[in-house]
Amino acid sequence: MSGKRQPEGEPPPPVVQRLRVRYAKRGRLRFTSHRDFARALERAIRRAKVPIAYSAGFSPHPKVSYVGACPTGVASEAEYLEIGLAESVEPQRLLAALDASLPVGLDLVEVVEAQEGSLAERINCSRWEIALPRVPVATLTAAVQRFMAVSEVPVERLTKSGTRTVDARGAVVRVDTRPNRDAVEGECATLELVVRHVTPAVRPDDILTGLQSVADLELPEAPRATRLAQGLLDATGQIADPLSTIHAAARQQTSRSGN
Amino acid sequence: MTVQSLFPQLEALLPRVQKPIQYVGGELNSTVKDWDAVDVHWALMYPDAYEVGLPNQGIQILYEVLNERADVLAERTYAVWPDLEKLMREAGIGQFTVDAHRPVAAFDLLGVSFSTELGYTNLLSALDLAGLPLESRYRTDGQPIVLAGGHAAFNPEPIADFIDAAVLGDGEEAVGEISDVVGEWIRQGRPGGRDEVLLRLARTEAVYVPRFYDVDYLPDGRIRRVVPNRADVPFRVHKRTTMDLDAWPYPKQPLVPLAETVHERASVEIFRGCTRGCRFCQAGMITRPVRERSITGIGEMVEASLSATGFEEVGLLSLSSADHSEIGDIAKGLADQYEGTQTGLSLPSTRVDAFNVTLAQELSRGGRRSGLTFAPEGGSERLRRVINKMVSHEDLIRTVTTAYSAGWRQVKLYFMCGLPTETDDDVLEIATMAKDVIRAGRAATGTKDVRCTVSIGGFVPKPHTPFQWAAQAEADTIDRRLHALRDAINSDRSLGKAIGFRYHDGKPGIIEGLLSRGDRRVGAVIRAAWESGARFDGWSEHFSYDRWVAACEQVLPAYGVTLGWYTTRERGETEVLPWDHLDSGLDKDWLWTDWQDALNNQEQDDCRWTPCFDCGVCPGMGTEIQIGPTGRLMAATVAQPVEHFTSDSSQNAPQLPGPAG
Repeated sequence: MSGKRQPEGEPPPPVVQRLRVRYAKRGRLRFTSHRDFARALERAIRRAKVPIAYSAGFSPHPKVSYVGACPTGVASEAEYLEIGLAESVEPQRLLAALDASLPVGLDLVEVVEAQEGSLAERINCSRWEIALPRVPVATLTAAVQRFMAVSEVPVERLTKSGTRTVDARGAVVRVDTRPNRDAVEGECATLELVVRHVTPAVRPDDILTGLQSVADLELPEAPRATRLAQGLLDATGQIADPLSTIHAAARQQTSRSGN
Repeated sequence: MTVQSLFPQLEALLPRVQKPIQYVGGELNSTVKDWDAVDVHWALMYPDAYEVGLPNQGIQILYEVLNERADVLAERTYAVWPDLEKLMREAGIGQFTVDAHRPVAAFDLLGVSFSTELGYTNLLSALDLAGLPLESRYRTDGQPIVLAGGHAAFNPEPIADFIDAAVLGDGEEAVGEISDVVGEWIRQGRPGGRDEVLLRLARTEAVYVPRFYDVDYLPDGRIRRVVPNRADVPFRVHKRTTMDLDAWPYPKQPLVPLAETVHERASVEIFRGCTRGCRFCQAGMITRPVRERSITGIGEMVEASLSATGFEEVGLLSLSSADHSEIGDIAKGLADQYEGTQTGLSLPSTRVDAFNVTLAQELSRGGRRSGLTFAPEGGSERLRRVINKMVSHEDLIRTVTTAYSAGWRQVKLYFMCGLPTETDDDVLEIATMAKDVIRAGRAATGTKDVRCTVSIGGFVPKPHTPFQWAAQAEADTIDRRLHALRDAINSDRSLGKAIGFRYHDGKPGIIEGLLSRGDRRVGAVIRAAWESGARFDGWSEHFSYDRWVAACEQVLPAYGVTLGWYTTRERGETEVLPWDHLDSGLDKDWLWTDWQDALNNQEQDDCRWTPCFDCGVCPGMGTEIQIGPTGRLMAATVAQPVEHFTSDSSQNAPQLPGPAG
């Protein structure tokens, strides 16, 4: 890109530390879009005076990278991002300061030093919980059985570039149904799902559309979905915490034993 | 009285609408107070979508000023988009505030700020959704008093049927006095009902209550006279003027939305009023005199806004920001303070001179460079004398040369079409100007990598300006001239491809013209248009010219007038204008003289630097121009250095020092 104009003066200071952050999107703030969250975070960073690193160029951007995006209207207990800092900061202090600076409902849960490998490499599936008010558990269970019995459930989704067909069934690893413990009045079945991250992504909405198309499942009220976890699916069907140090520790052991 | 939140019912609808976050509230620096702990409950409405209304400074200032009072609470409400409106009607949910989701119908006052007349139909939607009668005369004692404010309230006659009262001018002191009057009436047990409280407000001489005035018409449709129909209400209602801006450093804690809005920045108003005297500019006429905020006050507000919000940009607002008497020191002081902090400082720049470029360059030291916009407004030098925007072709070329030499690669130029006395040739000169701008840019930079954008819209004559008598240009005339201009720009491809051309067609301007200079008879047109579906008239995807024309044809023949009568008809010197009983301070004789000067291609000076020419505002209102230099310095102690990461990240803004003096 020779000949491209560059701003005058010193380039911004380099990244000296990378921190990985788990955050939650709760309550009425589940209606924030991914972009809404990104703006709120950048402002919280500035208010809390976090020494964030900036990219170079005419319109410098703070160094924040996200893994995936949580759909608008869906709550989450497990979203992940990584930030680059121009000065080293104790992760617990950053957690406290940044969480206090964010609106209640956009909450930081955990902050750790970045380990080997990218965050994206540590995440390939999600565990979702979807509460379905006024749906009897037995009805839901029957619908789920029919859904799981087929190998493919194509559903249509409206995207920016038109209608797109995705297979809602293929990405589903596991699914359970149970009555909702908190239901005060009427029945409220809850769906718990483990879904592999594929392209294009299969979202809770797509699975509900699939259940409607395969088993005529009726939803008298708006469902409420929450992402409970993200991570790497292991051989036992468990999801490994992407911020856990176990991977790094395991790798160190391997290299030692190799000596 | 317990007022329930509507949020539980609303929440069930939100997954089915676009951008649900705009209805959720909970913005940083927003306030929810205990309903039962205060006497007076205000709902403040900006009658457009949240993304436009949230950044509005007027609403933010009044919201904060009112909530600081122990006996008052204020919440905000915005126009809901048609998708949610439909669902709310099906579910029986009323217009709600975004702060505590309380029903608007439960409030004591509904204050609506009209920056533009195109929000009138959204007022009707909100009243109807709130379950309130559209017309003031059918409202009962327990229902809110509907108050209009903002620039459009200087002629509230077209919405006289729908509002209970209007306030002209600056609101920060007026809302306090209204709260006092209404609060006392409430504490007394609401004696005399609605009529009594409106009468008490009218007697302050600062609140206009349309129902206390009768309008008589001449056989030809013109107004014969407007007179009070009650003893002890004033013949004329005067505008309010807040004189000491440093005593009102609001908003202290600007709202930070979660949804994306049209202005993603904090704003600090550096002065109010303008005496440049551009004859088309209603804002410049009705906000006189000039009142500057001091350089120290500006420095404190910028820092307070940034710490309270985390915004990465601050706009230094006013009607012509480079005209602040200490703007050079302000720009240098802020640039020194925020250098290297990735903080943008922007000066909405409309003045065409090289000093403006120097200022923009200074402000961009903070790390972000904002765009440069110049507004010659009229295409030819003759026309610019008519509108009193004294910029020569050479001024413009010199200014853009400075800008391109200083590293800008794009400038924006703003113009209007359909100005009084304008000919096709006046408009075509814009093409010549734009081409010369590109030639100057190429010469200054030695590259072809320069652009300019010409933005142009139709001129709408406004009340309380020298052009209030003018015939508005026909929509067809505007469209024809704009198409000819586009062709003239593109006639030379090598230059034309470097010139962007953005224009608005003439039809929406005609309806804006009807609503701007209309009288009470236009109220029935607004209602008919709204009933046939008019909403969000400022949005091209929702605006329908045909719907408005049909409403005019349905309503106006009974009065013997037409859409053209209100818009493209020139008024005579002695005609009673619908807003003559509303006092903006400007002397009608002076406005007429200035209108005649315009027709004779004669400019008028700026009274900041030349002797007073008796526009009438200062003696009539007991005000005076307040400009510096004060000789004071910007305090350089408020900013926190970025090097030290502190855990003190309280969401509260630092306390500002109390009002000066």
